[in-house]
Amino acid sequence: MQRFDFELIASWIPERSRVLDLGCGDGVLLAGLAATHGVFGYGVEIADDHVLASVRNGVNVIQDNLETGLEAFGDNTFDFVILSQTLQAMHNVEGVMREMLRVGREGIVTFPNFGYWRHRLDVLLGYMPVSKSLPHSWYDTPNIHLCTVKDFEDLCVKVGAEILDERVIHGGRQVTFLPNLRGSLGVFRFRTRP
Amino acid sequence: MSDLDPRSVGAAVPQRAGFLEPLILKAGKTLASYELVYETYGALNADRSNAVLVCHALSGSHHVAGFYADDPKKVGWWDNMIGPGKPIDTDRFFVIGVNNIGGCHGSTGPASIDRATGLPYGASFPLVTVEDWVVSQARLMDRLGIQKLAGVIGGSLGGMQAMQWTLSFPERIRHAFVIAAAARLSTQNIAFNDVARQAIVSDPDFHGGNFYAHNAIPARGLKLARMLGHITYLSEDLLMEKFGRVKKRDAYGFNYDVEFEIESYLRYQGDKFAQVFDANTYLLMTKALDYFDPARETGGDLPGVLAQARAGFLVVSFKSDWRFPPERSREMVKAMVAAGKSVTYAEIDAPHGHDAFLLDNRHYHELVAAYFDNVAAEIGAGPRRTPLALGTAELDEMKGFSAQREGT
Repeated sequence: MQRFDFELIASWIPERSRVLDLGCGDGVLLAGLAATHGVFGYGVEIADDHVLASVRNGVNVIQDNLETGLEAFGDNTFDFVILSQTLQAMHNVEGVMREMLRVGREGIVTFPNFGYWRHRLDVLLGYMPVSKSLPHSWYDTPNIHLCTVKDFEDLCVKVGAEILDERVIHGGRQVTFLPNLRGSLGVFRFRTRP
Repeated sequence: MSDLDPRSVGAAVPQRAGFLEPLILKAGKTLASYELVYETYGALNADRSNAVLVCHALSGSHHVAGFYADDPKKVGWWDNMIGPGKPIDTDRFFVIGVNNIGGCHGSTGPASIDRATGLPYGASFPLVTVEDWVVSQARLMDRLGIQKLAGVIGGSLGGMQAMQWTLSFPERIRHAFVIAAAARLSTQNIAFNDVARQAIVSDPDFHGGNFYAHNAIPARGLKLARMLGHITYLSEDLLMEKFGRVKKRDAYGFNYDVEFEIESYLRYQGDKFAQVFDANTYLLMTKALDYFDPARETGGDLPGVLAQARAGFLVVSFKSDWRFPPERSREMVKAMVAAGKSVTYAEIDAPHGHDAFLLDNRHYHELVAAYFDNVAAEIGAGPRRTPLALGTAELDEMKGFSAQREGT
């Protein structure tokens, strides 16, 4: 699967940054950032097969449960803490946001935008949305905390995060006109509000 | 196990290396000379970069893989980990197993003859620490012409040695595999060790450690120590599943004879162990476990101590291990991350308890294999020539399990 958010994330991260990738999956983001940007970092994963895949991709990976916090990581240990397309599947969303602000100088979160017009249309027609960015049926989806771009802006205020950059993309292109309606993927960069 | 098994390293041949350079021990004493018994599997490559040292735990030995030509049933204690097509692939890696000083499988230990007196060392054998072992192992590497190890791997007390290698010889180790271990023992763990020691030293046949001269062995004490240890190396669930409350006879006997299967099993294991293992070695090994605490001299600053390490780490724990539980491994990982080290940590969902590190588990072995494949790429050893084929034996059907048991 092409991950358009990865390109944007890579463009934000300076060379040789220290990066923590939460819910790193098979580790390809970190492997790519290590190859192109010389970053040093760790992935965090709970699933056995993802831990194994990350090792196979040559990525440092720590098996842990994000829901219970980032106990293994000290305050301000990382330049960037990334949570890419994982937030929507988490129980403790607010908790992980606060932990990201604690362990990193900056946080980057990407998530499927529930406000995307096709999603709205599905709901308007009486169905839960199924789309490229939300490919699951309502009864077997791992996504339990879907939100819109505006919802996420509100959450940032609540957890004391200052938004440094905010993009909404669709099909690999940034959407600037009516982004919360026309974009399917939200990408936010934030830090603790000074 | 036979010659025909393509995944076996084949017949192993123990070798012996004598060292005349005195070994100054952490305890302040000196071993004027000593011998180490070791085995090797696979071939050392031209640039001598593919060596992997395997460190044993409490009751282990240098016989890590393969079998003996004259005793084919004597299979190495980590044979499921080492061989062509196994996680530590001997097509590409040169693997070394060594019996530690103070052991009872051929290296200089309490039962060895002290040249100064012409008698077995017995109680006079000095306490040896993890740091001392690592120094002695490094000298063996010198002897074998190995400047830098591709990896050091061990479980339990063996994992502690792997970790110590990264601190004592940071320039001589690329990767440390710290499995089912801890940066220091918990209070409970020390307590178990002391009960085991008390069982041994209170046996009348112990004779203050000089039982060799009395032609005796403190078999009752050693048996009790092993029974206790054995319980703690397995999970409660596994014991329940394997033995339940099954009795030899249906009716209660209302006496203290063996009735439950677990009693019979433990006594058998204890008796067998007491016949082959040295009581002084058991004492020494448990004390080495208790003393291990690399952060002690810095007031508990493990990240500070680890700062000097240059190796990459693979840390593995097992969810059902309550002797070296995942919490202890997470402490190590936290310190390694704080020190900015390359570390991968996996928590394996295996039901067996501490012994899980010796047993077949697909995910565990795939993970170690994948990490070693990365190490192979790093040293230019190329891809696997024998496809990875992992063991799938259940605990009960592991023929080598009594041998495997030597690992803990």
